[in-house]
Amino acid sequence: MSDDDKAGSGFAGRLRRALLIAVPYLWLGLFFLAPFVIVLKISLSDSVLAIPPYTPTFDPSRGWEGIAAMFRAFDFENYVWLSEDDLYWQAYLSSLRIAALSTLLTLLAGYPIAYAMSRAPERWRPILLMLVILPFWTSFLIRVYAWMGILGQNGYLNQFLIWLGLIDTPLVILGTPVAVYIGIVYAYLPFMVLPIFSSLDRLDRSLIEAALDLGCSRLQAFWLVTWPLSRPGIIAGCLLVFIPAVGEFVIPSLLGGSRTLMIGKVLWDEFFANRDWPLASAVAVVLLLILVLPILLFQRHAERQQRRAEE
Amino acid sequence: MDTAKAPPPTSDASAALPPWQDPAAEPLIRLENVTKRFGDFTAIADLSLDIHEGEFFALLGPSGCGKTTLMRMIAGFEAPSAGRILLGGEDLVPVPPNRRPVNMMFQSYALFPHLTVADNIAFGLKRAGLPRGEIAERVAEMLRLVQLENFAHRRPHEISGGQRQRVALARALARRPRILLLDEPLAALDRKLRAATQFELVDIQERLGTTFIIVTHDQEEAMTMASRIAVMDHGRLVQVGTPEEIYEQPNSRYVADFIGEVNLVEGVVTAAENGRLVIDWAEDAAPIVTRSDVAAPVGTRVTFAIRPEKITVGAEAPEGAANAWQGRIEDIGYLGNLSTYHIVGPAGRRFKVQSPNRRRVARREFSWEDRVWFAFDETAGLVLTE
Repeated sequence: MSDDDKAGSGFAGRLRRALLIAVPYLWLGLFFLAPFVIVLKISLSDSVLAIPPYTPTFDPSRGWEGIAAMFRAFDFENYVWLSEDDLYWQAYLSSLRIAALSTLLTLLAGYPIAYAMSRAPERWRPILLMLVILPFWTSFLIRVYAWMGILGQNGYLNQFLIWLGLIDTPLVILGTPVAVYIGIVYAYLPFMVLPIFSSLDRLDRSLIEAALDLGCSRLQAFWLVTWPLSRPGIIAGCLLVFIPAVGEFVIPSLLGGSRTLMIGKVLWDEFFANRDWPLASAVAVVLLLILVLPILLFQRHAERQQRRAEE
Repeated sequence: MDTAKAPPPTSDASAALPPWQDPAAEPLIRLENVTKRFGDFTAIADLSLDIHEGEFFALLGPSGCGKTTLMRMIAGFEAPSAGRILLGGEDLVPVPPNRRPVNMMFQSYALFPHLTVADNIAFGLKRAGLPRGEIAERVAEMLRLVQLENFAHRRPHEISGGQRQRVALARALARRPRILLLDEPLAALDRKLRAATQFELVDIQERLGTTFIIVTHDQEEAMTMASRIAVMDHGRLVQVGTPEEIYEQPNSRYVADFIGEVNLVEGVVTAAENGRLVIDWAEDAAPIVTRSDVAAPVGTRVTFAIRPEKITVGAEAPEGAANAWQGRIEDIGYLGNLSTYHIVGPAGRRFKVQSPNRRRVARREFSWEDRVWFAFDETAGLVLTE
């Protein structure tokens, strides 16, 4: 029997292992599962004019009877309402569409940046990495406001284009989906660049040389070697951009104007304008499902492929 | 050390000369006054070299001597700053690496981690646009050649280091290059496997007849495998020759010292006649008497080089030995089959002497601090003027 087995067989060993595993589970339970259960509970409640603005509330003084009464009062009314009103579905779809397109745009902008960084001389790389991270040092909100100044009718962009003589009348960008795309690509670019950079940085240069040596042109070497080997970075970057972009609230509300329909804005309106917490919670729960399901399916697929490769 | 050498196949039955001694032979690859500079640093300095069809050629030197740069220029990853590289008489320099009939086996192997063993080998064949059936056939043939038929569908991270090395070899050979470049091919293998692989490489080279150019810093590896060796230092060729020539007739202290072990004794020529030199090397000690073709007039400072295994040790002065001195055994290095004696000779000068252990170690003839005679004959050593 090896030492490892001995360490794990005793009670002390098992306890130690359980404790070690318990830490991440505890964290997830405390900071993800518990808040989610609260939101789920509110989504099953009814809206009232009170504080808090929903019913039933949990009354610990009534003990088990209180809990039973709370469960009896739960219903799926809010979810039914969500499915019946076109607005929500359109908001979800529009959010997914905007997020998907801006993820693609971010990838198109981010990949060349990451590629150039990974090919830059070694001593330049820390500086380039710093420059990518630098915008995080100012407030996100202020940076979005700055874009309002750039994209507005009298903004710097229009002034610049008129000065160049490319246009006569200012373009309407602010308040359109285009502004939302610009804002999202700008704000989430580092999340795309960093994982792709890290996977390209790890790439052994001699692999490219081997591809050239075996008859590839430079372009073929990129498509057949560099691109597939940077795929983990691309996937990570896309998830890191897509997921927060779907629920993005600040950018569409500041740059997108009233014409841009996104679920983050709907959520905000339900919570703060309508004070309909239960409905807003239902919107949030559905959003979570929409995001989690594809990720789970993707992961299942990736695992299966991995297993098939190992066989 | 004296093992399987790859005798280059002679195309012409009448040509008994190896191609590098035949002035009429056309070299497969010719380097003409090649210079490579990186900024201020000169990696290769005005180097000319011919390598012939079917050779197993070794570029040998310490790290930083330019041997890898030279190989990368042949592969096409670096362009020479000056000079020409000719392949079969045609200038290779403007040809990009993907169009050269040259393939390289990388030191890191550079196997594509996302492809299976079979797909790695097929990679170059697909780029060459071969029909599917032929690719499959060629891959199977290569897998047989390196004995990896059962691993075709594994990925590089699922096989051992030795197997990866063989995949790299198969992949580089699959396109049937005219020249195969091997960059430190055995450096990542452990000692036992390295020895076995050396023979395998020689065997494969003989079977295919492909010209192999190997870069190595390991002199034993070069000696074992190569038909010719080029010893390099600071971007220059110091000596080019067969392993025997390099070992027995090094042309400089540098080569003598780099290849194997050697005793280097500095002295002054005091007599020179009939191809025999007398070299004074220590006061109150008999001079070294040696045969030599070197033109060294009386008074020349020379270095006398003698290999440890060419010196004998004995309790008495051997009869008729041209060179014999008494000394004290300072240290004994036991290597199993051999022992290396460090003997302090006249004027405190230390000599390394290597002799086979004919008896079990407990019955060893000599021990520390013993006074012994060490001797060698007139033809055992070599006079170097450089």
